[in-house]
Amino acid sequence: MKPSLAFRAGLLSLLLLVCLLGLWHLATLGGTQAAAPAAMTAEQIEYAKLMGKPIDATPVAAKSGFPTLAQMGRTVVHHLSEPFYDRGPNDKGIGLQLAYSLGRVGLGYLLAALVAIPLGFVIGMSPLIYRALDPFIQVLKPISPLAWMPLALYTIKDSAASGIFVIFICSLWPMLINTAFGVAGVRREWLNVARTLEVSPLRRAFEVILPAAAPTILTGMRISMGIAWLVIVAAEMLVGGTGIGYFVWNEWNNLSLPNVIFAILVIGLVGMALDLLFARAQKAITYVD
Amino acid sequence: MTHDPYDADRPLLMRCSCGQHASAADHAAAELRARSESADFEAESASFIEATLVKALFPQDALRRRFLRAVGRNTAMAAIGSVLPLASLQAMAQGTTGALEKKDLKIGFIPITCATPLIMAHPLGFYAKQGLNVEVVKTAGWALIRDKMLNKEYDATHFLSPMPLAISLGLGAPATAMNVATIQNTNGQAITLSVKHKDKRDPASWKGFKFAVPFEYSMHNFLLRYYVAEAGLDPDRDIQIRVVPPPEMVANLRAGNIDGFLGPDPFNQRAVYEEVGFIHLLTKELWDGHPCCAFGTSSEFIQKNPNTFIALYRAVLTAAAMARQAKNRELIAKVIAPQAYLNQPETVIAQVLTGKFADGLGNVKVVPDRADFDPMPWQSMAVWMLSQMKRWGYLKGDVNYKQIAEKVFLLTDARKQMKALDMAVPEDKTGGYAKFKVMGKEFDPAKADAYVSSFAIKRT
Repeated sequence: MKPSLAFRAGLLSLLLLVCLLGLWHLATLGGTQAAAPAAMTAEQIEYAKLMGKPIDATPVAAKSGFPTLAQMGRTVVHHLSEPFYDRGPNDKGIGLQLAYSLGRVGLGYLLAALVAIPLGFVIGMSPLIYRALDPFIQVLKPISPLAWMPLALYTIKDSAASGIFVIFICSLWPMLINTAFGVAGVRREWLNVARTLEVSPLRRAFEVILPAAAPTILTGMRISMGIAWLVIVAAEMLVGGTGIGYFVWNEWNNLSLPNVIFAILVIGLVGMALDLLFARAQKAITYVD
Repeated sequence: MTHDPYDADRPLLMRCSCGQHASAADHAAAELRARSESADFEAESASFIEATLVKALFPQDALRRRFLRAVGRNTAMAAIGSVLPLASLQAMAQGTTGALEKKDLKIGFIPITCATPLIMAHPLGFYAKQGLNVEVVKTAGWALIRDKMLNKEYDATHFLSPMPLAISLGLGAPATAMNVATIQNTNGQAITLSVKHKDKRDPASWKGFKFAVPFEYSMHNFLLRYYVAEAGLDPDRDIQIRVVPPPEMVANLRAGNIDGFLGPDPFNQRAVYEEVGFIHLLTKELWDGHPCCAFGTSSEFIQKNPNTFIALYRAVLTAAAMARQAKNRELIAKVIAPQAYLNQPETVIAQVLTGKFADGLGNVKVVPDRADFDPMPWQSMAVWMLSQMKRWGYLKGDVNYKQIAEKVFLLTDARKQMKALDMAVPEDKTGGYAKFKVMGKEFDPAKADAYVSSFAIKRT
């Protein structure tokens, strides 16, 4: 019997991963430093020491070059062995940093959903409002989170709230547009049937329109979550203090590539987990006509 | 906590030599703390604070003597005790401070060696000793420092010394009264060039270069402009000057985004350590003893929390007194190198602070005063900064140099107060306005406008 498609795809993914790691290993292999010339003057030795270079046979790890797989592995183990330590405001474990970021994303996203979904409903039900608000939405939608930041810092006068505001403003639009689109696209016949049965407007909204538009709304929410998670890293690099974005910035200062790569992996994995969550939810509410 | 001894990005945190501390950094901190508690240092630090104060009031020794002879020691001390904020230092030096208005404070800093005194005061417990619960918060750039000060998220902060002048004047910010309490550091900056420019040591050959400075209102910007203009280049037309947060300078230099930078340490030394740059010159060679960063806060904070301010002042001055002593520098490097503070290899910090460093060209240089921590906020320094703001068009129109300098740099507050108290403060032209030389040219703070117009390259 032929193995299932999922199994074969998994196998291929694994193969690709091994290839990538192999390439990485080969690319960083040549990094070992040449032995220092045997005869060095006292000054040369001192200079080498100050530069953090090997002065005798003992090897010294490459400085901020691209890490080897072994170095990378050590970094991962180091961070994962103690993810929740807290040594003051500038030195926290990766788990705590992630928690800060997730908290910020969660709050900003929730606020955006609270605004976008009801507003999207109204826009979707009324072609007039749809047309009137459209120019505003089109202008505000493509603005980068980093462009909002100075304005937010200046007006809100609080860096933590500014971070949340930026998440809010950037994750608002996909939800708003998709909700309006979904609501506007509910089949005429269903609405007509509801009208014939003299269903109250509230009941019509919740029992006819909402279920019908739910898959589109959820698609918007899924896109928004992706954007929120993209934005948080940029926002935290700018505002600093806590979070995974700050962690990346702090390690960039130190030109520590292993830590930056580790953070990239973590950001990717968490983003994937968030997306999977919404994929599950989407599956639960899709319907077939 | 375990640390990988082969990780070049981290200080080597093994068990310390005495075996009682978790890491070498903790051991160094304990050692320094012990030194700070010795009777020697206490006496030294108290007299340092007193001397700072009296020097602030009487920059000229002859004036100080005349004044003391005229009114007597007790009257002088009483007079000093009645003026804020410098004066109450006297009271504190004798251990009598009023109740603290605010105990939990947030102080911002940029991870550079300029901030050494206010950073080290944290692990060494100098803030706690004053009864303050201080959180020192690493910040991503100078614009953010400005915004967080204006938002009142920070109570006090590490500033670039021209920043409080600019903010008070409403340049690049809504005008808000800010003060420089002490200068954090003197010297300690450098021009670093990319290794590919090893043969271009003459600034006249720098046409088309891209340079980074930490902020527009910074000594770095003013000194770089001054230096290239002396070589005949127009800093606005012949070279490009970009604002890049200090921690990002080395990464930009490596990427080839910039040809060099006039930046704060440890990033000059880090560029050498990473073999991407070399130290072209130390800013000490341009103006020996120039101020760089400052410790400051808003005037509002000082008015609302005078006692807290004084306590803070004392903690930072104590740290400065300690940082000035060469014998402490190596230990200080150990204390401020870890992740929570500068997050740099310890050897890089040690090279900056001890002044024995690799210059990136294969030489070991020994310059003990490469970085220093003289806290005196001379107003003549402020006038020089204003003169450069005027020269490059940041400040337009007539500038009342003295008035602004005296409002922002807290040196003269005390002098004015004394006048109000009807005390004899003879008018003295150099009081607070010590003259100095920048690249061999003498600066007379009384003739700032003439100084500005004496330059061939300017934007006025």
